[in-house]
Amino acid sequence: MNLREIQKLLDAEVLSGEEYIDREVKTVFACDLMSDVLAFVEDKTLLLTGLVNPHTIRTAEMMDINAIVFVRGKMPDKETLNLAEENGIVILITKYILYTSCGILYKNGLAGAEIVHK
Amino acid sequence: MNIKLSYDIAKSDFSKAGEASSNIKKVLRQLGIPADIIKRIAVSTYEAEMNIVIHSDGGRIDLLVTPEKIQVKAVDKGPGIKDVELAMKEGFSTAPNEVREMGFGAGMGLPNMKRCADEFHISSSLGNPTEITIIVNI
Repeated sequence: MNLREIQKLLDAEVLSGEEYIDREVKTVFACDLMSDVLAFVEDKTLLLTGLVNPHTIRTAEMMDINAIVFVRGKMPDKETLNLAEENGIVILITKYILYTSCGILYKNGLAGAEIVHK
Repeated sequence: MNIKLSYDIAKSDFSKAGEASSNIKKVLRQLGIPADIIKRIAVSTYEAEMNIVIHSDGGRIDLLVTPEKIQVKAVDKGPGIKDVELAMKEGFSTAPNEVREMGFGAGMGLPNMKRCADEFHISSSLGNPTEITIIVNI
């Protein structure tokens, strides 16, 4: 599924990286704990989170995650958006809560990311 | 040819935290290092950098790239870790609430660094600097 379809499904607004909106996404990881994103995620995946700060972007950057959906209508500040822009990371924002956002995407065929327990 | 870079990391400077790791990642990409190796170095360096910002009195990260390996050395100015074995356990954390609110402090940092590395060394004791070496073979 590409990000444009995800944007429609989640009734989301694009805050950064509009030019990359046709990027394909195969899996999703949803989490407010960046420590766990860093420890568990292996795939190139879409990150859904309610944690809106520059460290979410930094974490995505380190993990080669190139798209993030901020849930619960949480608006990132300018610093966070600039960092996303700098790193070519697409930022979407949806009013849906995390649970509902995941449910919508799952119902439409997007699977969860594979995580690694080593 | 070997490449050496060094970054000063300030205590409690959350706005700059991650800049060194980001820079290291970009340098490695320019050097044409394979993406999976870059990711392992980027993740472990970012964990080390966050640790210096969160827990220490400031420190330094040194990057060494040789044709065979990438080495990241993170050294801080203390105050040291009381029980290194306990700190290496997944889920053990002494991070304050403000750090948890930023999505960190889950007690996954040190174990994650070890997981990403081909070689991992840590030396620390209370009242002394903590020194961490992460090596990923190319």
